[in-house]
Amino acid sequence: MVQAGDTAFVLVSAALVLLMTPGLALFYGGMVRRKNVLGTLMQSFIMISLVSLEWVYLGYSMSFGPDVRGLIGSLAWAGLCGVGPAPNPDYAATIPHLVFMIYQCMFAVITPALIAGAFAERVRFPGFLAFSLLWTVLVYNPVCHWVWGAGGWLKQLGVLDFAGGLVVHLTCGAAALASVLVIGPRKDHEKRQFFPHNLPMTLLGTGLLWFGWFGFNAGSALAADAIAAQAFVATHLGGMAGMAMWTAMEWFYQGKPTTLGAASGAVAGLATITPAAGFVGPNSAVIIGLAAGCCCYLAVLTKSRLRFDDSLDVVGIHGLGGVLGTLLAGVLASKAVNPAGADGLIAGNAGQLGIQALAVGVVGLYAFAVSWLILKAVQAVLGLRLSPEAETVGLDVSEHNEAAYTE
Amino acid sequence: MKKIEIITRPHKLDDVKEALRAIGVKGMTATEVKGFGRQGGHKEVYRGAEYRVDFVGKVKLEVVVEDALAAEVVKAAAKAAHTGQVGDGKIFVSPVDEVLRIRTGETGEAAI
Repeated sequence: MVQAGDTAFVLVSAALVLLMTPGLALFYGGMVRRKNVLGTLMQSFIMISLVSLEWVYLGYSMSFGPDVRGLIGSLAWAGLCGVGPAPNPDYAATIPHLVFMIYQCMFAVITPALIAGAFAERVRFPGFLAFSLLWTVLVYNPVCHWVWGAGGWLKQLGVLDFAGGLVVHLTCGAAALASVLVIGPRKDHEKRQFFPHNLPMTLLGTGLLWFGWFGFNAGSALAADAIAAQAFVATHLGGMAGMAMWTAMEWFYQGKPTTLGAASGAVAGLATITPAAGFVGPNSAVIIGLAAGCCCYLAVLTKSRLRFDDSLDVVGIHGLGGVLGTLLAGVLASKAVNPAGADGLIAGNAGQLGIQALAVGVVGLYAFAVSWLILKAVQAVLGLRLSPEAETVGLDVSEHNEAAYTE
Repeated sequence: MKKIEIITRPHKLDDVKEALRAIGVKGMTATEVKGFGRQGGHKEVYRGAEYRVDFVGKVKLEVVVEDALAAEVVKAAAKAAHTGQVGDGKIFVSPVDEVLRIRTGETGEAAI
């Protein structure tokens, strides 16, 4: 039975999640050098087109279609066959099935866009497109089915992932790690300093991401109800605690609080609260945000020492945030908050933490291994790296024949 | 004729410009430049990575005047740009062989 309020809420949430992809484009675009800003914006924007097409003809059915052995959805719903105005009670009984489909589409769009931060400023566009498409089909769709699809094996085990700690943040973080290892560092990575060219752009992107994140997390309740309110509040508290903690750590250890630190802490807090948002109360959300600000800050510092060129810190912020949030959901979740969820360690259910850890291990390894294979295959067939000359010129002119800033 | 190049702090640009106008200089060219001398640079931090920035932003003013005015220009510019802190900048004076006003074809001091 379709409810008007729930339908309106999820439709608006879908639009909010869509806005996160342009928000991410600005967040990343400000952090690269001026010669690469359009190429970086494009890597996020083009996903709206590429992945939405994939989603309609393949992805939605693979992710949420009729279950095959707990591993994948069949292709019975390809081309949205049978996905219409009637609700599908397996997913959301009070909104049209089409609304659920388009809401989930926006999640599939932003996930591969997130990975691109790891190999920013050095990858050719054709190879990037091929990687992103293959990755969406072979990594995102199966993991989405395991965790959220009716009959998915992790869902059957009872794993908690409210809005995508495993499905979105851990998969993109694991892929980011594989891409840093396969693609290698930017030219002159150890010799030169790479300054962000426009931090106000990055802060604007952070604001849009935060705004969109309410749709991402609260919308995942799939109804305009008390759980959505819980998730909305937890999301805000996670983001603000992450921002406060990162800023404080940076101030203490490096002498000055920075705007990029505040933005990074907010995104770390928001990413980390994502899997737990609808399962934990406000105090737990603050704890998760503080843990995110602290751990992600230390992870990013460690990256600099290890000399990994994860250019925009996808592993340290999204990968680690996904792991941390998924595990902390297993510690702090409570049926008192969400009767449809589960109790975590503190509520006396230690087994839930085990399920969460198993899911982190399996999803992380699967996403890393398959991403590695896809990267190697695309590298062999199409090539991934810009030539050194093109890297010097920058993505904007070499890959797109245009420049962002002219007279 | 002399060319006088004045490298100064960006926030001193207007003071120097007004001082030169006051003594009768009719035109000048300003350029944003980067450089370093005794002042050195500063530290910037991006996501925990510390970067050393050696080049400091300055403004370079170029003025061409008749020989008689050169000493006065140097004195006025130096006074206007002075703060007493390291990083006040430098002034270079050099001879100019020829000047041509493109619109009229005038040359020499008439073209300044």
